[in-house]
Amino acid sequence: MTFSPELEQRFAAMAAKYPEGRQKACLIPMLMYAQDETGYMTEELKEEIAKRLNISVLEVNEVVGYYTMMRKKRMGKTHLQICTNISCLLWDGDKLWERACAKLGIGHNEVTADGTISLEEVECIGACSWAPAIQVNYDFQHNVTPEQLDKLIDDLRKA
Amino acid sequence: MNPSLLHDAPHAAETIVLGKRFRLPNSRSIDTYLATEGYQAFLKSAGMTPEQIVDEVKASNLRGRGGAGFPAGMKWSFVPRQSPKPKYIVVNADESEPGTCKDRVLMQYDPHQLIEGILIAGRAVDAHRGWIYIRGEYRYLIDIMDEAIAEAYARGWLGKNIQGTGFDFELSTHTGAGAYECGEESALLESLEGKRGVPRIRPPFPAVSGAFQCPTILNNVETFAAVPSILRMGGQAWADLGIPKAGGTKLTCLTGHVNRPGVYELALGFPVRRMLEEVGGGIRGGKKLKAFIPGGSSCPVLTGEEAWELTMDYDAMAKAKTMLGSGGVVIMDETTDMVKACLRIIRFYQHESCGWCIPCREGTLWLKKLLTRLDEGVGSAKDIDLVGDLADNMLGRTFCPLGDAAALPTMSIVRKFRHEFEAKLAQRSVSMAGLPQLVSING
Repeated sequence: MTFSPELEQRFAAMAAKYPEGRQKACLIPMLMYAQDETGYMTEELKEEIAKRLNISVLEVNEVVGYYTMMRKKRMGKTHLQICTNISCLLWDGDKLWERACAKLGIGHNEVTADGTISLEEVECIGACSWAPAIQVNYDFQHNVTPEQLDKLIDDLRKA
Repeated sequence: MNPSLLHDAPHAAETIVLGKRFRLPNSRSIDTYLATEGYQAFLKSAGMTPEQIVDEVKASNLRGRGGAGFPAGMKWSFVPRQSPKPKYIVVNADESEPGTCKDRVLMQYDPHQLIEGILIAGRAVDAHRGWIYIRGEYRYLIDIMDEAIAEAYARGWLGKNIQGTGFDFELSTHTGAGAYECGEESALLESLEGKRGVPRIRPPFPAVSGAFQCPTILNNVETFAAVPSILRMGGQAWADLGIPKAGGTKLTCLTGHVNRPGVYELALGFPVRRMLEEVGGGIRGGKKLKAFIPGGSSCPVLTGEEAWELTMDYDAMAKAKTMLGSGGVVIMDETTDMVKACLRIIRFYQHESCGWCIPCREGTLWLKKLLTRLDEGVGSAKDIDLVGDLADNMLGRTFCPLGDAAALPTMSIVRKFRHEFEAKLAQRSVSMAGLPQLVSING
C-alpha cells in the first residue's frame, strides 16, 4: 500500500528516534499518522504497518483495540467530538451533546447517511476552563453556544 | 486555527514566572525565547555538576505538577548515574485529568521553556535522549512542539555538542492515541514502547527501570517547564515564591461555575477564597458554592464550607483529606446535582479503566450501574451504602492509582451529599405512588 511522500518521509525519520532494536515504539505514531490518510484502521493498513515493523498483525490489533482514537470503522468527513465530562457538564456540555444527536439523527460513534458528519461523546479533551468545548477533527472550539453548534452543523452539511 | 487560551492581561493576584512570555508577540518562536533569557539556564547548568543541579532543584521545593506532588529533585536523585545503561528523559504531556488544561497553555505559548527544562534534566542525570509523550487529541500541540524542536536543532540548542558545551541531546515528540491511563507513568512507558497502556508493577520505579528498561526521569510538562526559572533565580528564591514545603507557583485551571474561568499562575499556598472571589470573579450568578474539587476529578470532593478557608497547597489539602492534584479546580454551585456529577465522574473512570486490575475494571463498572440506578431514583437506600462499600474495596488494590482515582471522589460525594441521593429516591417513590406496583417474582 502507498502513503503520501510526506508520510513516508515521516516514517523514514521515525525509526532513528528510538533505541536500536526497539522500533516497535513507532507503532502508535505510525498508526495515528497513517489514519489521517486512510480514515480508519483498515486491514490493509494494519498488515502494512506490521510488515514494516516486523511484528505480527495480532500485535497491531492488540494496540488498535486498546486506544480510543484508533478508529475501527470509517467515520464522517468531519468528526464532531463533544465533551460532556465534569467541567463541560457544569456548562451544559450534555445539552450540546443531546442537541447534536437530535439535529443529526445519529448517536455516539455513528455517521450520517451521506458520510459527511460523525459524532462522538468524548471524555475530557483538556479544554476545561473554556467549557463547553468540542473538537472538530483536530481543532478545538471553546465556549460553544447552542447557536454556534447549530451553525457549525448547518455549514458542514452545506460544504 | 485553534483559539487563544488567555485572558488579555494577567490577573493582578497572579505571580507570573512560568507564564512570563505567554503574552509576548510570537511567544513560541526561538527568537522571542532567546531575547528573554531563554536557554541561559541551560548554559548555566553546563557549568554545574549534576549534583549541583539536583541540589538546586531540591532547594526549590518543586513538587511534581502532574498530580502526585512527589519532590522533583528527590526523584532525579534516584537515577543511578553510574549505570552503564543509557538514561532517558520522558515528559508526560498526556494531560487528561478532568478539570486540567494547563499543559496546553505551556506548550502553546512557550514550547522552548519546556525544551530547556528537559535539557537541564538531561544534564542532571547524564541523559542524552528524551521524548515528549503528548496525548493524541493535542495534535496541534504536537505540531507546535515539533516546530520548536526543529528550530532548536537548527539553532544548535539540540543535537550534538550543544553550543560548544560538549553536551549532546536528542529530543522528539511521541503521540498518544486516546487513553487516560497513559497519563499514569508506567502505562505511559508501555505506550511509548508501542504497547497497550497498562501499568507496570513497581518497584522498580522508572528512575531505575523506565523507558526501554533504562533509568528514566519522567515528569509532567509543568515540572520541566519550571526548571529553567529555578536555575535562573536560584532554588531558594524560587522556593520562596511559595510556602515552606511547597515552592514556586502552580498553573491553576479554574473550571465550572465561576464568572471568570481560566488558567492562572498562582503562588503555592494561595487562599481558596481569594482564588474564587478575586481571580475567578466569584461564583457564577452570585450563587453559593456547593462543592469544590482542588485538582482534577480524582481528588476527594470538598463541600463549599470546607473549601473556603483552605489554601492551595499540598499539605493544607492533605489535612482536609483531599489532594492539590493537577491544578484542575472544579467549582460547583448550589444548583449542581451531585448524584449526576458523581455518575459523570464514574462514567469517565469506567470508560478509561484499562482492565488490567480486576478491582478497578469491575469496581468502576458496578459503581456506574449503581449510580445510574440512583440517579434515576430507582434502587434502594441500601444501594447508597453499596456504592460506598464497593469504592472502599477498590482502594489500594490496583497496580496504578486509577482505581483510587475512581473510588476517592465517589466515597467523598456519597458521604458528604448523601441527602441528595436519598432525596432522589424519595422523589421517585412519590411520583410512583398511585401507579400499579410491580409484583416481585419472589412474592
